Amino acid sequence: MAIRKEAFIAAGGVVVVWQIAAFFFPPFLFPPVPAIFRQFLDIFTKGSQVSSALATFARILAGMAGAFVVGGLVAIAMGASKKVTRYCYPLLNFNQGIPALSWVVISIIWFKNTEFRIWFIIVMTTLPAFTFQIYDAYRAISKDLLEMSLSFHPNRVDLFRTLIWPGVVPGIVTAWKVNIGNVSRVVVVAELVGATNGVGYELLERQQLFDMAGAIAWTLVLVAFVVISQHAITLVERRVLRYRPESERSS
Amino acid sequence: MSAVIFNNVAKQFESSDSGTGLQRYAVQALTFEVGAGEIVAVVGKTGCGKSTMFNLLIGLIAPTSGHVEVLGHNPFGEFDRLRGKIGVVFQNDRLLPWRNALDNVAYGLELSKVPHDERYEAARGWLTQLGLSGHEQEYPHALSGGMRQRVSIARAFATHPQILLCDEPFSALDELTGATLRREFQTLVRETTQTSLFITHSIREAIELGQRILVFRAPGHVALEIDVQQALAEHGESRLKEIILEAMGDKPAAPDIHPS
Repeated sequence: MAIRKEAFIAAGGVVVVWQIAAFFFPPFLFPPVPAIFRQFLDIFTKGSQVSSALATFARILAGMAGAFVVGGLVAIAMGASKKVTRYCYPLLNFNQGIPALSWVVISIIWFKNTEFRIWFIIVMTTLPAFTFQIYDAYRAISKDLLEMSLSFHPNRVDLFRTLIWPGVVPGIVTAWKVNIGNVSRVVVVAELVGATNGVGYELLERQQLFDMAGAIAWTLVLVAFVVISQHAITLVERRVLRYRPESERSS
Repeated sequence: MSAVIFNNVAKQFESSDSGTGLQRYAVQALTFEVGAGEIVAVVGKTGCGKSTMFNLLIGLIAPTSGHVEVLGHNPFGEFDRLRGKIGVVFQNDRLLPWRNALDNVAYGLELSKVPHDERYEAARGWLTQLGLSGHEQEYPHALSGGMRQRVSIARAFATHPQILLCDEPFSALDELTGATLRREFQTLVRETTQTSLFITHSIREAIELGQRILVFRAPGHVALEIDVQQALAEHGESRLKEIILEAMGDKPAAPDIHPS
């Protein structure tokens, strides 16, 4: 994924507009760009802040991994059995309607352990998206290819390994790309209520101190994590989907 | 000894007007045998049950009634027993897009648990034999239609199947490519002396390839069975073509036709 000059120009434009606003408004509304930049650098140089940022990244990845495993298994079960689909589909649809904040309240009441609460919230909010994306990829596997594979009379494990898994990989990659942004938003909400570190906790602290520069800096940390993660996923995608014609690959 | 036995086989599907509970016969009272080492061509019009017979034979579906036996096994009930024993060339190439040409040829061997080096050596040999040396690492999207079909033929032959099934393997190709590939294919089939069952729309192809021709008519049954050499000697090629057309239902039956 090449970062185009237009992206830099657009980002530069926002920075310039912000800095102009900083000349006319008090710092608690529009802090100067250098102040935000200093705070941003501080996050990566002060031990406690680094661990706070890393805690959030770890929670995002652990939650997504959980949702991916559970969602993948449910999706495969749905793909293999129409009966399972008939039971799971409405439940997943129902789940999609539950706001992240409701899961926050439920997890606080249900669980004592903070990390497990956050993990649970991420899994529950991301599960439908992972499941539906993997399920759709499973259903999109060509019937022709399935017949061809079955004509060799493979066992189930080999059929999964050689046909099903490569067939759903594009769906899995898309699911990770789409969900990492969503999860980053959810984890902040989860950390706001109950965590003693993490980006959400730090944002809450900055809000209580009326520290806008700090709030922006922490927000940028999360944005940077999402952008870098998506870039990494795109690299993985280009590697695993290299068999596709150039025109069908991610740019 | 018969490699393939269909004995009074019927297969019903729910009508496309689903929900009505109506069943239609795709195959009904289908009876035929294919002897070991025999090359049999199957001709018939679209919708005459050829593909259903094909799927029954591979074991992808179970018959509603009757008995199907392939190499002494029930292909649906004893699915695993036929691993590596059947090779199929489909109408379209059906190559796995995430595997290069070499990996696609090695696919059946991999599923048959042939050791890595052995299967790749065999796959390379088949690609060379089919004129694709130098294209081993290319993915299907980079190959022409004819080249892809060659890869799929190599994939079918690579497992040294005891039965080779072909479902109109050249019909999706242009005339020239199809003709060239058909000739090479005929040579391969004769060299390997496998039991072969060809489904084809082309009567000419059926006469060229088959030792015996089964003419199918809807709902999937054998309307006429022809010993090609004997029929050619008795009627000549052009009359034989007419006989087949008549049995398929494309022409009114002539007095000397004796449906089986």
